[in-house]
Amino acid sequence: MRAESRRPAGLGRFGEYGGRFVPESLVPACDEVERAFTEAWADPVFRAELDHLLSVYVGRPTPLTPAMRLSAELGINLLLKREDLTHTGSHKINNVLGQALLARRMGKRRLIAETGAGQHGVATATAGALLGLDVTVFMGERDIERQQLNVFRMKMLGAEVIPVTAGSRTLKDATSEAFRYWVTVVDDSYYCLGSALGPHPYPWMVRELQRVIGDEARAQCAAPDFVVACVGGGSNAAGTFAGFLDTGARLVGVEAAGGAAISAGSTGVLHGFRSKVLQDEHGQIVEAHSISAGLDYPGVGPEHAYLAETGRATYVTADDAEVVAATHRLARSEGILCALESAHAVAWVLRAAADGTIPQGSTVVLTVSGRGDKDMATLMELS
Amino acid sequence: MKMLVPYVTAGVTENWTDLLRAAVDAGADAIEVGLPFSDPTMDGPVIQQASYRALCRGVHATGILDEVSRLDLGVPLIAFAYTNLVLHRGAGTFCAALRDAGVTGLIAPDLPIDEAGPVSLAAEQHGVDVVLLASPSTPARRRAEIAKRSQRFVYAVSVMAPTGEQASLRSSGRELVTSLKQHTDLPVLLGFGISGAEQAAAACAYADGVVVGSAIMRRVLDGAAPAEIGALLAGIRRAVDG
Ligand SMILES: Cc1ncc(COP(=O)(O)O)c(C=O)c1O
Repeated sequence: MRAESRRPAGLGRFGEYGGRFVPESLVPACDEVERAFTEAWADPVFRAELDHLLSVYVGRPTPLTPAMRLSAELGINLLLKREDLTHTGSHKINNVLGQALLARRMGKRRLIAETGAGQHGVATATAGALLGLDVTVFMGERDIERQQLNVFRMKMLGAEVIPVTAGSRTLKDATSEAFRYWVTVVDDSYYCLGSALGPHPYPWMVRELQRVIGDEARAQCAAPDFVVACVGGGSNAAGTFAGFLDTGARLVGVEAAGGAAISAGSTGVLHGFRSKVLQDEHGQIVEAHSISAGLDYPGVGPEHAYLAETGRATYVTADDAEVVAATHRLARSEGILCALESAHAVAWVLRAAADGTIPQGSTVVLTVSGRGDKDMATLMELS
Repeated sequence: MKMLVPYVTAGVTENWTDLLRAAVDAGADAIEVGLPFSDPTMDGPVIQQASYRALCRGVHATGILDEVSRLDLGVPLIAFAYTNLVLHRGAGTFCAALRDAGVTGLIAPDLPIDEAGPVSLAAEQHGVDVVLLASPSTPARRRAEIAKRSQRFVYAVSVMAPTGEQASLRSSGRELVTSLKQHTDLPVLLGFGISGAEQAAAACAYADGVVVGSAIMRRVLDGAAPAEIGALLAGIRRAVDG
């Protein structure tokens, strides 16, 4: 059996990264989540219920689609892991269903979530509706403006969306506000974090819940040479990589050029964990800037900082212009309109295949983390 | 004697050090100097706003400590600093800088005991006391450990909430203080949510003192002069002294 938990040491350590840097008030809550998840993840009944929902509700397994025309143009064998085809349209649902089942098992009646692009908020609202849990979503005011469609989707699904007006009014402030709110309602509420970050056990738990992406993909193809995913907080990449860590595949995470915590950040502590963060010379966290709201986060999950340090994975960046171009190219050549986040991975593959970083004839698995519907307004403005 | 420890966000106004002086004149026993941080996850709207205003004025830890080092206030100063500020240039460097500026205590609100080891060690090497927080949600065994490991005093968080004034004192604070006092001879101070003289006096029926933050900073944000803050604190001083 493969790495059932491959559990980080101590309080969620990935090398020197990870940990649990939270106010004392939240320590018992994190402990409670850790205990509950450890038990649940080892419980065949819990696993079976999750697997069942992933199958009949989410639509898993998702296909691994050969990108026929693009492969021919690039001289590689490009395989797309289609998280865009899941219910709600992004990989976020894999994580959320697991955590929502956990919350219910813990006897909680409400889910709290932060959201940037709105995909995690929509997924949480969906899981709440499915399992009969109340949902409160924190979202930066600026993201609310950029992602009207998802705000409305969340409301349609019965969630309460609370605008966050502090600081940069984006994902990092929404996350801070979710933590503050959680302190006041820990008894009956569960914080459903949306990426592979935050205090222990979240980075580990979210990676385990997302590893279904990588495990499926591995079973769907012969040994790939490259495995590529976009990196915001790092959950779709962590889940994808988890399936290939013990293979010879080169793992490549693609950050937004304006939000590249690994490529441009330094070691710091934000939102409960130590990792690479974007900060100024005084240790103040700086804002990320990306055309994709889902990658607008100044930190990155601790496992990625560790994988970068050990060299097991490589992290690169893509800028807004090439991301938009990549979105168009994938749409025209394969009929797949992917999320701007996912297009970062596409952009890098286009570049790397052209400059020989990816040798001709290579097999490349690329995770399409979500579909592009939510980004149509952004793309319309540009065209 | 009960302890009165006001909190002031450093750099919130041009003349913020006058707030420290006013606090001392009003009878403060020590002062918490809040180093503004971009992402204060433990703070409610008032201290968030104060931190944001300070950062917009361009202040940073080095400059603040420089200003502080030129003051001669006659009461201990305790830095209130989020972990990222402490670890940014290394805990040793940070604690040495505190000490050089005459700041002899440190509270890191997002550094629970499980993660505090390296910082505590660095603080000890540089003669800085680490004040630990306990919360109503802290289980009994942890309360005992926090009470034992804390230095100078133990900080009891009165409510399950970020910083901010509360309409009334909760019983959770009293229960916490009472249980902490069983494990230590250090003073146990109640903080978070103390909004004025009446609540401070009530808290001091069981606690050894109070920390007052948002009640001060709300007024500062509204434009209160240092003298008005002094008057507020003098009122609280009288109330806790009974
Ligand atoms: C479609 C999509 N992909 C990727 C991300 C980035 O998150 P992560 O790095 O956790 O996968 C998001 C976040 O909102 C997203 O919506």
